[in-house]
Amino acid sequence: MKSGQQVTLRVWRGDRRGGGFKEYTVPQTEGMVVLDALRAAQATQAPDMGIRWNCKAGKCGSCSAEVNGHPVLTCMTRLAELHEEGPVTVAPLKTFPVIKDLVTDVSWNYEKAKEIPPFAPRPKDPDGKRRMYQEDVDRVQEFRKCIECFLCQNVCHVIRDHPENKPAFAGPRFFVHLAALEMHPWDTADRVDLIKQDAGIGFCNITKCCTEVCPENIRITDNAIIPLKERVVDRHYDPVLWLWRKVTGRAT
Amino acid sequence: MATHPTHEYDVIVIGAGGAGLRAAIESAAQGARTALICKSLLGKAHTVMAEGGAAAALGNVWPEDNWKVHFRDTMRGGKLINNWRMVELFAKEAPDRILELEEWGAVFDRTKDGLISQRDFGGHRYARLAHVGDRTGLEIIRTLQYKLIYLGVDVFMEYTITRLLTDAGRIAGAFGYRRDTGEYQVFKTKAAVLATGGFGKTWKYTSMSWESTGDGIALALEAGADLIDMEMVQFHPTGMVWPPGARGILVTEGVRGDGGVLRNKDGARFMFAHVPEFFRAETADSEAEADRWHEDKKNRRPPELLPRDEVTRAIYAEVKAGRGSPHGGVFLDIASRRSAEYIQKRLPSMYHQFMELAGVDITKDPMEVYPTCHYSMGGIRVDAETEAATVPGLFAAGEIAGGLHGANRLGGNSMTDIVVFGRRAGAGAAQYAKGLASIPSPSGDAIQDAAREMDAPFAATGGESPFTLQAELQEAMQEHVGIYRDAAGLRAGLAKIEALKARAARVKVDGPREYNPGWHATRDLVSMLAVAEAVTRSAIERTETRGGHSRTDFPKTDAQLGKVNLVTRRREGALAIERVPIPPMPAELMQLLEEKG
Repeated sequence: MKSGQQVTLRVWRGDRRGGGFKEYTVPQTEGMVVLDALRAAQATQAPDMGIRWNCKAGKCGSCSAEVNGHPVLTCMTRLAELHEEGPVTVAPLKTFPVIKDLVTDVSWNYEKAKEIPPFAPRPKDPDGKRRMYQEDVDRVQEFRKCIECFLCQNVCHVIRDHPENKPAFAGPRFFVHLAALEMHPWDTADRVDLIKQDAGIGFCNITKCCTEVCPENIRITDNAIIPLKERVVDRHYDPVLWLWRKVTGRAT
Repeated sequence: MATHPTHEYDVIVIGAGGAGLRAAIESAAQGARTALICKSLLGKAHTVMAEGGAAAALGNVWPEDNWKVHFRDTMRGGKLINNWRMVELFAKEAPDRILELEEWGAVFDRTKDGLISQRDFGGHRYARLAHVGDRTGLEIIRTLQYKLIYLGVDVFMEYTITRLLTDAGRIAGAFGYRRDTGEYQVFKTKAAVLATGGFGKTWKYTSMSWESTGDGIALALEAGADLIDMEMVQFHPTGMVWPPGARGILVTEGVRGDGGVLRNKDGARFMFAHVPEFFRAETADSEAEADRWHEDKKNRRPPELLPRDEVTRAIYAEVKAGRGSPHGGVFLDIASRRSAEYIQKRLPSMYHQFMELAGVDITKDPMEVYPTCHYSMGGIRVDAETEAATVPGLFAAGEIAGGLHGANRLGGNSMTDIVVFGRRAGAGAAQYAKGLASIPSPSGDAIQDAAREMDAPFAATGGESPFTLQAELQEAMQEHVGIYRDAAGLRAGLAKIEALKARAARVKVDGPREYNPGWHATRDLVSMLAVAEAVTRSAIERTETRGGHSRTDFPKTDAQLGKVNLVTRRREGALAIERVPIPPMPAELMQLLEEKG
C-alpha cells in the first residue's frame, strides 16, 4: 500500500447481544497506523464506533485488538506492514466479553491483580539506606516493562477457549507480575503456594503464545513462567523435601 | 426528577495518573472513605508516557547536590514567577517521596554502589533524575497502582465527571457518566481532588495522550475557582516530525542528557549561537567543554541542556531561517556520539518508537525533531501546603495545578511534582473532610441541569460533529497560540474560539449511550474550549516573553510582569484576568537564588 491510496477497514460493530463486520474506507497517509485509520473512520463516518485508546505511542496498552487475526496494539501497527491482501479486518479481543465494538470488558484482569499479595520489602540496611545492584534487577526490570495491554491474556489458550478456567488461573500477565515480585531482591513474601494453587500455573503448557504477542518483547515463558514453575516443583515435588516434611511435620 | 445511582464518600479524587493515585493513597491512609474516578482504565493515564525521570536531590551521583540547588534550578528554570513556597516544599520533600516509591516496589536503575542512579537533564546543575531507562512514568504509575489496590479505595474506571456540585459555595459532590453504559452517576462528597492532568490536546501537535483535554480547568472554572498563569504552556523542544501520524510524539530529553546533540542541516551544533544572557555564565561556550561536562561537572553545561523554553525558541529560529531538516525539524544526533549498546540500554523506548513508527534506527541515524505541545505550567491556583483551591473543599495536584513550575518546567520535575503534591492534596482533602461541621449536600436542580447538559447533543438538530469542531480548535490554537504569539494572532485566535463556542452549543451526536465516543467528544470539547479561552486571554495579558510564553511583539522580559501572576476566574459568565503580586520571598531563599553556578 502506498500513500495517496485509500484503505478499507472491516471493523466488528456490535455489543453483548451480537454484531458483525462493517466496512469503512478512508484516505491512507504516509506512515499511518491502524488506530489512525480507525479514528479517521470514526471522525468522518462512525462517531459512535467504540474504540479504547489513550497514548497512541505504545505505552499505555489500551488499544489492543485483533488485526487480520493477529493480536496487536493498533497504535503501533503500520498499515504498510500488513502482509495480507484486501481490507484490514479489526476485531475485538476474543478472550474478554465485548462491551461495544472494539471495546471489551477487561475487569477480570483487575480482579486477578488484587489476589496477589503485595510487595513486602525486608528492613533497610544498618545505615538506613537500601541497596540492590543492577545485575540483580535487570530481570525484574524486564518484567516491569509490562504495559498491561492484556494481549498475552488474550492469546493464552488456557482461557481463550476455556472461559471456565478463568477463576482458577492468573494468566501470563500475572505470572510476569508474580515473577517480578518473587525475584525482587528485597521481597520477603512467599507466593509459591499461591502460584501453584490459586494462580494455576500448572495449566500452562509453555506454548509461548504469550511471548510471541508481547509488544514489549518480554520473554514471558522463558524468563517468568518457567522459573516460577521451577519454584513450585522445588517446593512441592522434590522427593527429599517431601520426606523431610513427612518426617518432621514442618513446612519448608 | 430522574434519580441516578448515587455514591457517598469523604473524598473523591478525579483523575488516576500519578497525582491522583498518590492523593487517593494518602487520603485513604488518613482514614477518609475515598473514591478514585478516572476516564480510562486504571494504570493507563498520561503518566505512563513520562520518560526521562523524577528529579530529587538524593545526592547519589553528585554528593554536592542538595535541596537548595534543586530549589535554585527550579526557580531559575521557571523564570522566577513560581510559587516559591511550593518550590521549597517540593525540593525538600522530593528525596523522601522517591525513596518511598522504592519502598513500594519501584525498581529504579542503580549506581555501582547499589543506590538509585541519577541522570542529567536540562536546567539541573547535577545529575538528579531517578529513572528506569526511558520509561520512568510507567514505573511510577504501576508502583502507585499496585500500592493503591490493597487500600480499600473504590476505583471507578471509565467514568467521566462533567460537573462539580456545590452547596453554599462549598464542594458537595460531582456529576458524570460511566462510559460502558452511558448511565449518569452522582457522587456526594465532602471534598474533591482534581488530578486530571494537562490540556495539550487543545493543540494539533502534542505529546499528550487522548485524556489531556483539561477537564479539571473547565470543572474548576465552573465551580468558581481561580486559575493561575494559564498562558504558560510548554512546547517541548523535541517531538517526532515524521511520519505525519506520529508528529508530536515525545522524544525524551534523556537523549540530550545522555550526550545527544542538536544539529541543523549544515551539521552545526547551533545551540551555541542561542545561549541567552540569563544563562551565559553557566553554559559551555565550546564543544570541547560541553562534551567534558558529561564526565566532570566542574565544566559548564552544554547549551543543548538549557531549559526547554530556550531550546524550543532556538529550534524554531533555525527552521525559520531555512536551516531545518527535510521534514521541517532539526536533527537530534546520538548515533555519532554514543555506542549502539549504550543507546539501546539507556533509551530503549526511543529506539523502539523510531524503529516501529518511522523505520529509523537511532543507533545509526539522527532523529528529526521539532517542538511539540508538552506541558501546562499554569493551572488551578492552590495553597502551597494543602493544595486547596480557592473553592472550599476543592483541591488540585499535579499538572492541573499551577504555581510550582512558574513560566517553564524543568524536565524531571513533573514526576516528582505528582508524588510530592499528590500526597499533600490527599492529606489536605482528608483533613478538610474530617474538620467539616456539617455535611454539604448537592441540590437536585444542579444535578438535573448537569443531566440536561449531557442530554442536549442527542436532541440537537442540524448540528455539527464534535470531531470536526475539535480539529478546528486544535488548528486555531496551533496557529495563533503556539510557540510564538503576538497580539493580532491572539485576537484572531480568540475570535475563532468564540465562534467555535457558539457552534459547540449546537453539536450533534447519534447512536446509543453505551460507549459512544462521539458523545464523549462533545464533553471533551467543552473542556478544551474552556482551556483555549483561558490560555488565550491570559496570553494577551502578558505582554512580554518569559518561559513558555514567547511574544514576537514583546520579545524581552518585563521586570514589572516578573512580579505578578496572572489569575483567571469566571465571574457572571465571563472570564476575567487579574494581575496578582507574587508575595516577597524570605531572605534565606532569596540568597539561594543569588549563588553563582
